[in-house]
Amino acid sequence: MDHETLMPLMIGVFTVLAIASLIGGVLSMRVGDGPSQSVIENLNARIWAWWVMVALLGLAFLWGRPGVTILFAVCSFNALREFITLTNARRADHWMLAAVFFVVLPLQYVLVYTDWYGFYTVLIPVYVFLLMPVISALRGEVGNFLIRVAEVQWAAMVTIYFVSHVPALLSLNIPGFESQNIQLVAFLIIVVQASDVLQYVWGKLLGRTKIAPSLSPSKTVEGFVGGVASATLLGACLWWVTPFTFWQAGLMALIIALMGFFGGLVMSAIKRDRGVKDWGDVITGHGGFIDRLDSVIFAAPIFFHLTRYWWHV
Amino acid sequence: MRLLGYLVAYLIIGFARFITAVRGNWRDEAPRDEQTIYFANHTSNGDFILIWAVLPPRLRWKTRPVAAADYWLTSPIRSYIGRHVINAVLIDRRPEARDLDPVDQMAEALDGGSSLIIFPEGRRNDTGEALLPFKTGIYHVACKRPKVRFVPVWIENLNRALPRGEVIPIPYICTCTFGAAIRLQEGESKEAFLARAQEAVLNLAPETSREEASSGS
Repeated sequence: MDHETLMPLMIGVFTVLAIASLIGGVLSMRVGDGPSQSVIENLNARIWAWWVMVALLGLAFLWGRPGVTILFAVCSFNALREFITLTNARRADHWMLAAVFFVVLPLQYVLVYTDWYGFYTVLIPVYVFLLMPVISALRGEVGNFLIRVAEVQWAAMVTIYFVSHVPALLSLNIPGFESQNIQLVAFLIIVVQASDVLQYVWGKLLGRTKIAPSLSPSKTVEGFVGGVASATLLGACLWWVTPFTFWQAGLMALIIALMGFFGGLVMSAIKRDRGVKDWGDVITGHGGFIDRLDSVIFAAPIFFHLTRYWWHV
Repeated sequence: MRLLGYLVAYLIIGFARFITAVRGNWRDEAPRDEQTIYFANHTSNGDFILIWAVLPPRLRWKTRPVAAADYWLTSPIRSYIGRHVINAVLIDRRPEARDLDPVDQMAEALDGGSSLIIFPEGRRNDTGEALLPFKTGIYHVACKRPKVRFVPVWIENLNRALPRGEVIPIPYICTCTFGAAIRLQEGESKEAFLARAQEAVLNLAPETSREEASSGS
């Protein structure tokens, strides 16, 4: 790992967080008990949670590949639990779920860690897809069968397969970029999360026109355009941590931000269908793991494959 | 010996948290440092572990679950956990065979300063109904120690995580929702108190659980 590139990045992130904490503190003093008190409280809870998340990511980065792989495996586990809790899974699916949690999830991350590309790209879409329903079918419970099986398949794809594409970035072999792959992870996470945050900020400042009122009351056209544009610019300016040129990094960041936005929309649709506001309440101010990961889930596999197709040898 | 008990208790609680990410939701009032009988719906053997896990530590160690002796004394491991880890008040569910009256045992534990966790349904509920009719024990305890407060608890999802008869638990997010304390009122009849207690627990259930129960699925 190249500390000389990663260090300024971490310092940059910590500076941004420190400024955010400062603004949050000033706002909470100025607003006091006013009507927007709850918004500010939530903002400060979010900023505090960001400190924790950034610290955990930083530790994982320092540890290198095992750290990043384990961190995202833990994220997958928590996300899968949140997803399964909202499904129609029932008693007859007990063994199918046990297999997904305790066999498929660890296996996927072991395969990613050991670079077995040909297997980890098909484990869930092919083997799990075909074999999981068999376990449930053998129990003989046919009510809602397709719904139950499809939900578990979606859960495995979204919370295990796609999330595992983040540590999979570490297996890419890019000439002239050897042993710096962790910067690809940093680039992806920074752009996708900055896009989320900037959409929130632009939306709070200028947001008028709701983009999908039935899915998410807080997503606005102004927030979307401003957030995606500024995240693209940020990504382009981070070209020096990537194997990309300025323009390539900008284009990648644009794709990451767009996919991240779509991820937020789709996962919101699932939440609305199930009548919940958040996936969980583990991360104070943010909700559950999936609330924080939804954009990563959609952006990571596309970023991985684009980078792999054009840069990997 | 006591130290080992604490250690095992923390291991069990840690495992329960790993599987269920359990959260305590003190909906109506904050946990209070006052002698309390927590009464909850009963769907899984792990029920009181979850309540235990979400109680603040200072309350946890003086809260004893009331559990069936016929389950907890059947193997050496269970017996060790029942007696030395969770410090359960073990009651005999068979009226014809027992020498100790469960209500007396509970009153004695209360007099010793402990709080209690009880499951007034009397057995694990795997019927699909949200809640089985309460047994009368909770009323008799209330008559014997009328000053003690009763806090209703709804345990959500643990029956999905560990259904009766399964060995491997599936990770589901579980919650324990605590309601407002109730007490036996002066002159309140047995039927009225039991109905009020059941209502207090059911009121804490999320709507989906109540709907599922009424649609019989």
